[in-house]
Formats: sequence, C-alpha cells, structure tokens
Amino acid sequence: MSNNLTYSNIDICVIGGGPAGLEVAIVAKQLGAHVTIIDDNPNLGGQLVKQTHKFFGSKAHYCGVRGFDIAKILTDEVIKLNIDVLNSATAVGYYDNDTLGILKGDNFFSLKAKRYVFATGASENMLTFENSDLPGVYGAGAVQTMMNEYGVIPGQKAFVIGSGNIGLIVPYQLLQAGVEVAAIVEILDKVGGYHVHAAKIQRAGVPIYLKHTIIEAKGKDCVKAAVITKVGDNFECLLGTEKTIECDMILIAIGLSPLCELLYQAGCRIDYIPDLGGHVPYHDENMMTSKSNIFVCGDLACIEEASTAMLEGKIAGVKAYESLYGTNKKSDEIVTRAKKELSIIRSSPFEQRILFGHKKLKSSITNN
Amino acid sequence: MDGYLTEHPILEFKRGKRVRFYFEDREIEGFEGQPIAAALHAAGIRVLKYSDKYDRPRGFFCAVGKCSSCLMEVDGRPNVMVCMEPLKEGMKVRRQKGRGRL
Repeated sequence: MSNNLTYSNIDICVIGGGPAGLEVAIVAKQLGAHVTIIDDNPNLGGQLVKQTHKFFGSKAHYCGVRGFDIAKILTDEVIKLNIDVLNSATAVGYYDNDTLGILKGDNFFSLKAKRYVFATGASENMLTFENSDLPGVYGAGAVQTMMNEYGVIPGQKAFVIGSGNIGLIVPYQLLQAGVEVAAIVEILDKVGGYHVHAAKIQRAGVPIYLKHTIIEAKGKDCVKAAVITKVGDNFECLLGTEKTIECDMILIAIGLSPLCELLYQAGCRIDYIPDLGGHVPYHDENMMTSKSNIFVCGDLACIEEASTAMLEGKIAGVKAYESLYGTNKKSDEIVTRAKKELSIIRSSPFEQRILFGHKKLKSSITNN
Repeated sequence: MDGYLTEHPILEFKRGKRVRFYFEDREIEGFEGQPIAAALHAAGIRVLKYSDKYDRPRGFFCAVGKCSSCLMEVDGRPNVMVCMEPLKEGMKVRRQKGRGRL
C-alpha cells in the first residue's frame, strides 16, 4: 500500500499538469531540479486537451495554435526532459510535516518534496434556480469535455447562461459538432467575452439576450426547457417578461473558482478577492504563498487565460528552484522575460480587474 | 453507437476497443478506457444517481472529477466518480441512491 521511499528526494512537486503546472515542471527541470508532476487525469495537458480554438496573442504565447496542440507540445517536452509524472493520481491531503497524501486507484501513499507548486486550476461555478439540479444542467466546460475530448454528442439543443469567453466559445464548438444552440443569456448590459467570439456566434444566428437571466429549468428527469426573464437595473427579475426556450441542455458559463482546498489545509493564507476569482491563495509577485515552501500559479492564483497561466508557471517554477539553489543568469532571464510578457498582456483594458485584484492582494497583507 | 460524433471539422477521435458493460440490467456497448459517464451519456442515459435527501435525479455537472455529482455504484462499490473512472469490459454500473452503502 504505502511506498514512501519511491517518492523521496523530490526538489519540486507540481500538483496539476495543466498549462501552468507543465511550464513549472519544464523550467524547473531545465534548470536542474528534480521534479515530479501529480495529475488526476490519465493524460497531461489539463483543460487544454478540450480546447479546439486557436489562441490569441504573440507567437511566444502560441498564437494561432489550438489548445489541444499546445497540450501536446508541452507534454512532449515533459517526456523529452524525462520528468517524473504520477498520472491518474489525486492529491487529497496536506499534512503537518509538509507531506502530501496521494490517492492513485486504491493506493494511498504520501510524498514529501522540498517545495510544492500548486497548479490545481479552477472548477466551474454553479448557479441556483428552480430545478438547477436536473440532469442536463451542465457546466459549459463539462459539455466541452464530453464533446471535444470524448467525442460524445452532448445533446440536441443547448441553451447557454453567461457570455464570457467560455459562454461564447463552447456554443460555437457545439455548432461545429452539429448541435443546435437556442440562445445565450447575459445578465449584464454587454457581452462579457471578446468581441470576435461574440460576432462569430451571432453571425451563426445564435441570439444573445442581454439583461436576461434564467429562473427555472423545466423537465422531470432531464432538462426539456429553460425559462428566462428580463432583469432590471438592480438585477431584479421583471415579472411578465418570462419566455420559455426549448432545449435539452443548459450550459452554465458564469465563471470559475480557484481550487484552493489543499492550500487551506496547508495553512496558507487565503484572501477573498472577487477580481481574481473569489477565494485565492495570497501570493507575492514571485508566486510564493504565505508559506515559503509553497508556490501557486495559473487559475488557482487568479482566474485568467491559459497564456497567462503558462507565464505564471514559468515564474513559479524558477522561483521554487531559486529558493533551493539560488539565482543564476539563466533563471533570472526566464523570470524577467515572463514578468515582462505578463505585464504586456495585463496592460490590455480587458485585464484591468486583474491588476486591481493584485493591488488588493498586496494591500491585504497589511490590512489583516 | 449513435451517440458519438463521427465527423468533426477539427477533431479526430481515437477510441479504445468496443466493450460491453451493464447499466442497471441493460447491456450497453462502449469504448474501453473512456469515462463511464461518457459511455452512458452516449447511450442516452442522463440520470446517474438520486440525491440523498429528496431522491432527486442527478447527472454529471463538471465532467472533470471535481463536483461529485456523478457518483454511481460500479461493480458493487458506491461513490465511484464515473466522469473519471475508465470503462472496462463487463462492468456493472448502477444508479446510486443517496450516499451508498459499504
């Protein structure tokens, strides 16, 4: 059952093999650290594996490359560098003596590393409305997984709540897979995601109802329809404006929450900063948490994009390495470049909330 | 096997070998190694369990092993997260009622 010895002598243990975690492992290993990645999926790549859209940005950030191809590039690099990977393994607990409990199949064992970098990502937010627990009410990302990763036809007709980038991209991918999309509702008075995505889905004939929300799912054992209403300026439902939309899937795309349970357990300081995605682990600009042996990156640190998650991963990986072996020219170069690229991406007007959130994170340490 | 995408403008799907398994007492076909939830969804099965308190039907929600909405009884074992558990030949999958008994 227990095989502690196999996993001793680890410099850096990376929890989560998505875009952020893979970059951590790659830079740290390139610098010479002994790295192990733990991931609960059979394959690496995290949520990139279901992303069929091409990335934006500059060439350095895989512009024009599809998400699942980025997953392959990073995974190939992990294999090339001979990085230890524990797949289909879930980190389930963080213990007093800084050991991590891992569950792989029926085996539970513990592992101790000198540094931990958590890149656990985020989970999709739920929304409550009448019958919101009916089968057929799915996270938009869940539908994307079923359809793009497993090739399952997710349903006949979808209805989407939320017009952020996920709420705009997933319905487009549904159309590509031959599934009908009835409508998208957005509670605010403007679309949340990028204009290009909104234009694409609207050109395909899918209406986006602004200042609308869902109040009820209809159906007995499975979703048959969604009831929506207009909302007023204080987000109150305007009675008499109800409209029933037939559908067999309701996709919830209202945002993500960082998966920071293990960090709570580890005793890391957690702050509530809505601009960064809710409860997030406190971290400095070097991605170090309130505990000097624990670093974070990616959606866990701040709900953002895969491109920024990869840059944060580089910073976290280098800084975890430097905390063990000191700074050198190469490590310094990687961090300087990653920080510069991050600040360029975050200078866009779309990313203002992130800068605001980081300011709050910084001041929170003195306020508490 | 009607529930699967066959043509896609971007993706090609690599699937495992065809296997037979049981849902309740019904024999169903699926692909080895795919999550049980994917095989069930493709077969048109949306209700995966019934809730603890009010016996309400539940399906998957996150499909990536985070939310515990898809816990089923697999080969007699309760609380198996079927969105993550790989399908094997001959598996006996049942809807779980409530918390499941050990």
